[in-house]
Amino acid sequence: MSPLLRAREVVEDRWMRLGIDDPVESCADVLVPLARWQKEREALLARPARVGVLLGPADNPAAIAGDVDRLALIAVDFPHFTDGRGYSTARLLRERYGYQGELRAVGDILRDQVFYLKRVGFDTFALRADQDPEDAKKALDDFSEAYQTSVDRPQPLFRRRLA
Amino acid sequence: MYLYDEIDQRIVDERVRQYRDQTRRFLAGKLSEDDFRPLRLQNGLYIQRYAPMLRVAIPYGLLSTRQLRKLAHIARRYDRGYGHFSTRQNIQYNWPKLEESPDILAELAEVQMHAIQTSGNCVRNITTDHFAGIAPDEIVDSFVWCELVRQWSTFHPEFAYLPRKFKIAVNGATHDRAATFVHDIGLHAIRDERGEIGFRVIVGGGLGRTPVIGHVIREFLPWRHLLTYLDAILRVYNRYGRRDNKYKARIKILVRERTPEVFAREVEAEWEHLKDGPATLIGEEVARIESRFTRPQYADLPAEDAGYDTARATEPAFSAWVRRNVHPHKVRGYAAVTISLKRNGVPPGDATADEMDAIADLADRYSFAELRVTHEQNLVLADVRKADLHTLWQELRALGLATPNVGLLTNIIACPGGDFCSLANAKSIPVALAIQERFDDLDYLHDIGELDLNISGCINACGHHHVGHIGILGVDKGGEEWYQITIGGNQGPTHPTRDGAKAAIGKIIGPSFARAQIPDVVERLIACYLDHRDSDAERFVDTVGRIGIEPFKQRVYGAGGVPGGKSGNDRAAETLVA
Repeated sequence: MSPLLRAREVVEDRWMRLGIDDPVESCADVLVPLARWQKEREALLARPARVGVLLGPADNPAAIAGDVDRLALIAVDFPHFTDGRGYSTARLLRERYGYQGELRAVGDILRDQVFYLKRVGFDTFALRADQDPEDAKKALDDFSEAYQTSVDRPQPLFRRRLA
Repeated sequence: MYLYDEIDQRIVDERVRQYRDQTRRFLAGKLSEDDFRPLRLQNGLYIQRYAPMLRVAIPYGLLSTRQLRKLAHIARRYDRGYGHFSTRQNIQYNWPKLEESPDILAELAEVQMHAIQTSGNCVRNITTDHFAGIAPDEIVDSFVWCELVRQWSTFHPEFAYLPRKFKIAVNGATHDRAATFVHDIGLHAIRDERGEIGFRVIVGGGLGRTPVIGHVIREFLPWRHLLTYLDAILRVYNRYGRRDNKYKARIKILVRERTPEVFAREVEAEWEHLKDGPATLIGEEVARIESRFTRPQYADLPAEDAGYDTARATEPAFSAWVRRNVHPHKVRGYAAVTISLKRNGVPPGDATADEMDAIADLADRYSFAELRVTHEQNLVLADVRKADLHTLWQELRALGLATPNVGLLTNIIACPGGDFCSLANAKSIPVALAIQERFDDLDYLHDIGELDLNISGCINACGHHHVGHIGILGVDKGGEEWYQITIGGNQGPTHPTRDGAKAAIGKIIGPSFARAQIPDVVERLIACYLDHRDSDAERFVDTVGRIGIEPFKQRVYGAGGVPGGKSGNDRAAETLVA
């Protein structure tokens, strides 16, 4: 079980992750891959429980651009931490498609990347099983400043300097 | 020199703390080699053939003497008393200890230096013209724009794990001295008809395994949009660049597979969303960056100096040095001086700690306490009074640092090669030294004229062999070191007085050679050129362009060619046909 870090707290993960064919329990919050969402969208939304979508590194977030208000969770998978596509996915979801809900990084999520992940808009981190969540919490503050615009601080440093 | 403010300093200090903790966890066995590797690489630390190698960033090649002294100190204290200036305008140490690397970074931070993003699959050190700010053909001072791009790229959260490394070069003058057509992104500062500054944007150039000349995807990008446009290019690359094969992961492959036109349209479409967003530059910021650069307080000097003119007329050795190593300056009475680090018997680009200290002293006395590192692996004192040139030359000569060979055959660009690098197929330093030894007659060298000779120890092309007028590439054949020769490469239209010298990739002349044959090969190429040039104003590369490579092949491989010249079937020749 991978530790889940949300708002600097280690929390229990209540979401049930489903594969493409796993049966759906009616009362559980479920996280489904994009392909399943596209196939069973109406049925999934008709359930009383919440639904989230899991995007793979190659999935285009534009595919759920019209659904972001109906989703309680979007998770982005990092099969290996050096595959950085998910960073762009996150910014697009937050900045272009206006997603406001929980954005979760899952997969090969290590302490040394959470600072960047936070900056591009992730707010929860499903850490790799061997990671120390207390240590990862500290890593959220590895740097006190950053130059660029980012989801967590949209004004770049050069604009904030003027304020 | 750009001076950090409190925030710039804090970011670098926090990086030292972060890296120290990462190293501590690695050494304690809490961070695996696989998890640590990308982290240490983004701090410039490679594990090499014999020891770690630490690459320290010298942003856009600009150094203060205080920083150079610190680099000398690090060479003495943590290494073997020398450093290697690289073609990326950085410095590399070949013998540091991993455990001490955090201490080295802490020392660097004391003088506003770091090793951030000097390796790894991220945006690397921004490079530029080593005559930025002083060139008579200046359009803008490219240092200012380099610093803006440096800050944008430093810990950019979206682009820390790109498919592959990413190199950006900025040129701010009429003539391209930054090799912008062989970078992932090249930026040419230009002015439109109203005098507004903008950039011509070139993407997808590069050397390495698949040498490609970059494509212009936008003719004029107003300066305000520089960072949002970079974001757009990088985002398209980050999302769609290949990650399945590291040899096809550079942006040049993506641009080629999509075609430059389609790639440009994708970038423009992405940019539509980012344009005018918060990352849009503002005049206040450009002015602020500009104001944080220290500027030499130039004296009002006469254009000519009688003592200098006399020395030039009467001392042939001084005159030869002036001709090769002294360059024009936009301010009257001043000149720029290249200190050649290409001396016979010394690996190209190497300098000892004592030499660094001595050069720092000279820069303090003669050039406003600043200097530049060039991508040809030399050092430049950019602001020397003409009246001081003769004295400076004498002092350099006493230090063995007055080799008058800038632009000549012995000004060899070479990677560290198989002596140090674990990627290399073959050594490059002994080849460079053997060529320098063969061509040690200065009069002959001057007669040959301008010639770029570049050596890479493997196809990764750190020695830029593709764009050498003569390029030498180390290849592996059945476990043996062989060398393939290309001619006619060119890093770009760097010579204002000559037309037709566009950036070009050299052509292979034929089967490769053993190391011992290389000086003979070069000698025959030169002899062929001297026979065919139409005047001594026609350079080697121009002659190759005019008559083609066939006569050169004949001279090398034909009757009277290099003994044992034909080495049979040649796998290496295939690698370049990509």
